[in-house]
Parts: sequence; structure tokens; C-alpha cells
Amino acid sequence: MTNPDSTKGASRKRGRRSMTLYAEGEPMVWLTGGALAIALLMIITMLVYVGFMGAANFWPLPIVEVRTASGELLLGEVTRQQLYQPPVANLAQLDEARLKRVQGEMGERDGFVRRRLVRTGNYELTGSRFHWVSDYNIDEEHNPEWAIVAERMEWGNFYGYPLSFLIDGEVVADTPESVWAQVQAIHKEIRARWQSRKRLETHDIGRANREEERARLAMVDAERRFDGGAIGAEQRDQARRDYEETFARVRKDHARITAEIRALNQKNERYVLRMRTGTGQETTLHLADVVRAYPANRLTAAQKTGVFLSRWREFLTDDPREANQEGGVFPAIIGTVTMTLVMTLFVVPFGVLAALYLREYAKAGPLVSAVRIAINNLAGVPSIVFGVFGLGFFCYIFGGYIDEWFYSARLPAPTFRKGGVLWASSTLALLTLPVVIVATEEALAAVPSSMREGSYACGASKWQTIVRIVLPRAMPGIMTGMILAMARGAGEVAPLMLVGAVKLAPDLPLDFMNWSGTLGPILTGPIHLDRSFMHLGFHIYDVGFQSPDSEAARPMVFTTTLLLIGIIVVLNLSAMVLRGKLRKRFMTGAF
Amino acid sequence: MIVQATPGRTEQHETRAAPMASASRLEAIARGDKVASETHEALASEEGVLEIEQFDLWYGQAQALHDISMRIPKGKVTALVGPSGCGKSTLLRSVNRLNDLIDTVRIEGDMVLNGASIYGPGVDVIELRKRMGMVFQKSNPFPMSIYENVVYSLRIDGERNKKTLDEVCERSLRGAALWDEVKGRLQESALGLSGGQQQRLCIARAIAAEPEVLLMDEPCSALDPIATNKIEDLIEQLKGEYTILIVTHNMQQAARSSDYTAFMYLGRLIEYGPTDVIFQNPLLPETQDYVTGRFG
Ligand SMILES: Nc1ncnc2c1ncn2[C@@H]1O[C@H](COP(=O)(O)OP(=O)(O)O)[C@@H](O)[C@H]1O
Ligand SMILES: [Mg+2]
Repeated sequence: MTNPDSTKGASRKRGRRSMTLYAEGEPMVWLTGGALAIALLMIITMLVYVGFMGAANFWPLPIVEVRTASGELLLGEVTRQQLYQPPVANLAQLDEARLKRVQGEMGERDGFVRRRLVRTGNYELTGSRFHWVSDYNIDEEHNPEWAIVAERMEWGNFYGYPLSFLIDGEVVADTPESVWAQVQAIHKEIRARWQSRKRLETHDIGRANREEERARLAMVDAERRFDGGAIGAEQRDQARRDYEETFARVRKDHARITAEIRALNQKNERYVLRMRTGTGQETTLHLADVVRAYPANRLTAAQKTGVFLSRWREFLTDDPREANQEGGVFPAIIGTVTMTLVMTLFVVPFGVLAALYLREYAKAGPLVSAVRIAINNLAGVPSIVFGVFGLGFFCYIFGGYIDEWFYSARLPAPTFRKGGVLWASSTLALLTLPVVIVATEEALAAVPSSMREGSYACGASKWQTIVRIVLPRAMPGIMTGMILAMARGAGEVAPLMLVGAVKLAPDLPLDFMNWSGTLGPILTGPIHLDRSFMHLGFHIYDVGFQSPDSEAARPMVFTTTLLLIGIIVVLNLSAMVLRGKLRKRFMTGAF
Repeated sequence: MIVQATPGRTEQHETRAAPMASASRLEAIARGDKVASETHEALASEEGVLEIEQFDLWYGQAQALHDISMRIPKGKVTALVGPSGCGKSTLLRSVNRLNDLIDTVRIEGDMVLNGASIYGPGVDVIELRKRMGMVFQKSNPFPMSIYENVVYSLRIDGERNKKTLDEVCERSLRGAALWDEVKGRLQESALGLSGGQQQRLCIARAIAAEPEVLLMDEPCSALDPIATNKIEDLIEQLKGEYTILIVTHNMQQAARSSDYTAFMYLGRLIEYGPTDVIFQNPLLPETQDYVTGRFG
């Protein structure tokens, strides 16, 4: 500071250097490129993590049997492991040799020891599914050859050794090999019988019940119209007779179906598998309840792949079991896709029409600007607000009117005055409307005025110009809006909890076995707009955070997340392919 | 102040020799004075398809056309020339009322197409435009097949008869000298054609509805020389069959392909007469200067 000249020179120099930095732009390249790289890295890390955790979790693990210091026997799969610092109190109770082992391990691992989570299953016998065991606590560990994993419809996995196989109470096999051979020979047949029993229970009985319900509603309606004086006593009596007739027929159907079910059950009950658990208890497994069983330590790589694929197949095509923690997510896939498609059906026409008015007809002015700003802001409203609105406005008000006008015979049981696909789709359509409007407006604005002028010069009216020239030309842009809306809608969860997504929905919203879907007087065929539905996003939330056993739910959460991402990608890709085709058709080739 | 047109041929040579006089008229226009235009006798004997009657046009506050009166003769090619921004396109677009699409546009005066007013009260603009065809500076084929492009004006009229459509399509494409090149791929996208072909397609589209007048706004300016030649030949062919009003930037093109030429400057019509006279012996020195390339 003593020499004013030097400071001046220095500051000038610094100034010049910063000038050149800007001028060269090199650091800016690094800054922008770095930002992009970090963003990509985060996305890729997430995808890879979800992908790995989700995809790997169906791979069959080996079964271990360990004996702990306290003499406890554990038989099961190691699902994960972690390092921890053992509490001093625990160490104090250890004997000399073991303490030495712990100290050795702690020395190696910077004061940590390893513990593993063993999935021991057999919940109905032991009351727990998982056990942590620390390595230092293990006296003996091995992979028993004939340990078997059985995935069951109820009570989760079973781990144990085959003892004997009985047909009609007679032992036909009593060595692990022969028992296992018997099980493999008969299991498919038993499961097939179980499947047909389930079909009878859900589908056939459901149809019979629906028939009766329809007849009953007709009768209630007739009674009401008789009370109102619209029809005479004769017609009312006819309706009553019709109902009684149907009722009798349905009763007969019921009896027949029940008999069939009983017969199937009896056939299945002939086969009994006796098993011994890791702790030596003997128990009986009903093969009809076993979804899949395999001797984990005897599997070849090909057989493991077979189990892996069969689990994926079950995941994608079957109903959930075990409070959604096991089994498939087929209903949630159908629910998500149906809801998203119906939403698209609502939002695209509305959004396009609104954008057409804004861009083509409305005179530019403060009002139009205000409307535009309002629409953009709508995109920023928290989605749960849309959910509340959907519940209050769509479900209770609209749904209330619909029930009153078209489904009064069913009252007080609500038909549309409750959450369902229709209201979920409507709510999400409202939520994604801004996306479609904004994208469509941009697409319309991008249609060159030379196109419009050419059309007008040919004597086309405004509407003809819009329909024949502007809309086809803007279609790729409109598709972009649609893609964004679909991606947003398919991934949304919060509002759905209020307007129709449920934990478990026995009836699918898209049901090709039952074409009786209606919306008031409109027939909607296999789409049952009034039904509540399962949704992958909600499923993730529910299984991951609302289930009593979070450890058991972990794999399901990852796999479902992977699937949801996959479905959104597929929806987007197909829309993108379509857009590419349109773009090629409408935009290429000038000069 | 009103600057009178210089009458007579003899004086003209003198004024041409003195560029000062030429400058004074243009200066007067630049000042915003009213300047009468010079329309040659020859036009009086022509039968007019389109009569432009004391036409003024404003874009907001800015006046783009000043008191234009012109007769566009039937079956002839009339070229509009003048420096950039002098209002040629504006005048052309006023004929089929494309300027209606611009909110700020205001007009005075009228035009008459075969006896029917264009700007009169109660005119159906859509019906009016169907009586004219227009070709734009940059070719603008629609995003549809070649066939659908050509029959567009019939389609919007609701024509469904396949035979009629086919006939019109072939006749128009032949008329636009494009038939031989595209007859095998009528159902392919028009956007796959070359620039010159696209422009001829636009001409085919414009003549499909048998227009009473064909408006062309610099149809060659975005094309390469070969494509330009083809379009010029085409205009030569269309001459006689159609009444054509064409804006051009290219003096040779105007000289070659038009029967009458109108010279415009700053929104005024300066001189309007038979093309050979305008190019070789115009009444006004300003016109002489422009067509010989001394300004503009
Ligand atoms: N849409 C418009 N809005 C405002 N002014 C315009 C518009 N179009 C043209 N003009 C003005 O009108 C004048 C004539 O333009 P134009 O008819 O395009 O000239 P030309 O075709 O002879 O080159 C120019 O000064 C131009 O700036
Ligand atoms: Mg122009």
C-alpha cells in the first residue's frame, strides 16, 4: 500500500486477467459442462441404484444354517449385512476366546464388527421373520444341501428340510431326494387346481353376484316407480318375480360353484408334505399354498435363472399377497396404465382446445396475459391441493349428482360418490392441463405464418385452416405436451390417495372379463370408471412406509420403483416414436 | 405542392439528361407531398379484370400505400417493380385481403374484381379469396401429399368426387409444368420436393380453382437460376390463359415476361404502362433511372 503505483498496476493487471477469462470463455465451458455432469451423475446414480436393487432382488440366495454362542439354530437367507460398533455391555459378557475374536475383528475393521440379517421365515412358528447375527457370535456355519425355501400364499417364506411325502395318509417317500422328486412331480398340478379354484371364487361367483345385484336393482327401481305412480302393481309384481327367479338361479349357481371348489380342495388335500424346521420342529406344508419351492443350495445357475425369471413373471402378472409385500403388482400396473390413459384422453382435447382459443382466437390483451399467467401458475400449485379439490368437487359434488341421477337404486351405497378411476383421472387431468396448454400454445405459435396465409389465400376459413394446416403441423409439439403430461400424471401419488388409489383393489379398473362398465347412460365396456384402483406410486408409498414389517417390504419397494420408472419410460418412448413419425410426415424436406 | 408529370416525349430526353429533375420528384415524395402518377394511354383500351381505385393503406400510423389507382388488364401479365419496402407486397396482399389478418391495417378506397367490389360492405372474404390464386415469395406447400396440396381449394369447398379431383389435379399440375415430374408419386409428401418443384406445386395449387386473377409475390426470389428459368417459362405459358399480377425484383424478369409494368416508389404508383415502353422509353426520368439500375 505504500507504493500507490504498484497497487494501481496490480489492480489493472487483475482486471485484465479477469477480462481475458471471460473473453476466452474456457472456465464457462467447465462451469456449464460441470453442472451438466453433476446433474447427469445424480440421475444415473439413482437409476443404477434403483435398477440394481430392484432387479437383483429376485435372484435366489443360498440358505445358511448357523449355530450361535447361545446355542440358537438359525436357518435362512442372508439378505444384507452391515458394520456396527458392538455395545461395551455386550462384549463384557463374552468368554475369553470369543472376546479375542471380536477384538481381532475390531482391529481389522477400525472398531467395527460385521453382522448379517438372516431371513428365517417360519413366522407362524417363531413369530418373527428376521434375525441379526454378529459374526463373532457364530460358532458354526454351513450351507445345508437339502434346505428348502418354500414361498407360501400366507405366512411368508418357510425354510426347512423335507421329511416325508404322504398321499392319502400313506408315506410314499421318506428321503429328501425321493420327497423332492414327488413334490416336483405333483406341484404343478396342485397349483393348477388352486388356480381354477381361485378363478371360480373370484370370477364365477362374482358374475353370479352381479347378476343377482342387477336383478335386485331392477326390482328396487320398479318399487320406487310404483310408489311414484309411474307403473302399475302388475309391472312391479313382474319385477319382483323376475328377481326371485334370478335369485333362485343364482343360488343354484352358488351351490354348484361351491361344490366344484370343494372337489378341487379335496383333491389337493390328498397330498401332504412333512417338513422339519431348522430348530427341529416338525410341521406340515400344504402344497396348494406353496407358490414356489426350491432347494436353494442345490440349484445350478440355470435353475437359479429359472427361479429368477419365474419371480419376475409372478411380479408382473400376479396379484399381491402377504399385505402387498410379496407376489405381484399386476393390479397396480393395470391401475396406473388405465388411469394415465384415461387422464390423457381427458387432458389432451381440453388442453388443445383451450390453447387453440388462446392462441388463435383470443385478441391479445391484458385479460389474455392474465389468463396465461394464471395457467402457468396452476402448474406450480402443490398436487395435494388438486387432490383435495378433486375429492370435494369431483367426488362429492359431481359424483353425488351422478349417483342421484343414474344410480339411485343403489343408494345409499355410493357408485361415483367416492374415489375411482374417473375422478383420479379428472384430477390429474386438471393437474397436467397447464403442461398441455403451454406446449400446445408453443407448437401453434411455431407454425409458420406462411402456412396459414397460403391456406387463407386458397379461400379456407379460419377453422378449416386450423384443422387442416395448423393442427397437423403443430401435432408433434402437442405430442410433446402429451408426453410431459403423461410422465407427470403417471408418477403422481399425493392427490391419488384422496381420489381413488387404494392399498388393495380386488376388481381391476380395466377388466376384459366384465364388459358392464358404465358412466351414467354411457357404456364404457371393460373400463370401470367407478372402481378404485391400485397404483404403482401409491404402492411404493404404502408398502415402503405403511407396512408393519419394513424389512420384508424393502425388496418390493425397489422393484416397484424400477417398474414404475420402466412404465413411464415405455409410455414416453412410444409417444416419442409416434411424434417422430408425425414430424417426419409434416416437417421434413424443404430445400 | 403537386408536382405535375412531365408531358410529352421531347422534354423527357432533356429531363433524363438532367438527373436533378429526377431527384426532385423523388425528394418531393420523400417529403410526403402528393405526387400524381403517370398511367399510359395504352391501358385505357384494355379490358380490366381488377380495378384499383384510389387505394390507401396504413399499418397503424404509417401509411404504406398512397392513393393507388390501377387497372389490371385481362389475360395479361402485369409486373409490379420498385425498390424494397415500396409497398408492392402490401398492394398485392390487399387484392385478396390477406392484410385483413393484420389487426393494425386500415384502408381507404376500393378495388373492383370483375365488377364486384372487394372492400365493399358485406363482402364475403372467404368467397372472394376463392376467386383468386396467390403464389408467395417462399414456397409454402402444406404438410400433406402432393395430390392434397393441389386440390386443397376444392377440398375446403367440400368437393368429394374423386374424378373431379383427379382431373383438377392433373390439369393444374400440367399447367404448372410439374405433372411429368410427380405423376408417379402424387400420394407422397409435398415436403419431399425440391425448392423449385415446391414453388411450381404452389402455382398448381393457385390455378386449381381457375382464379380470375393470379397474384405472385416474387415467386423466384428464393430459387436457384435453373428453377427460376423454369418458373419464368411457366409464366410465359400461363400468359393469355390467366390474368397475372406479379411482383418482381428482377428487371430482366419483368422485361421478359410481362406485358405491362408498374413502377412504385414509397407507397406511390409512379408510372404504369406497356413493358417495352417502360423499359426503353418511359415518360418519367425516375422510371428510367430505376429500370436501368441507377437507383433502387
Ligand atoms: N405487417 C406489417 N406491419 C407494419 N408495417 C409493415 C408490415 N408489412 C410491411 N410493412 C411496411 O410497409 C411497407 C411496405 O412493405 P412491403 O409491401 O412489404 O414492401 P415490398 O414488398 O415492396 O418490399 C414497408 O415500409 C414495411 O416496413
Ligand atoms: Mg415484398
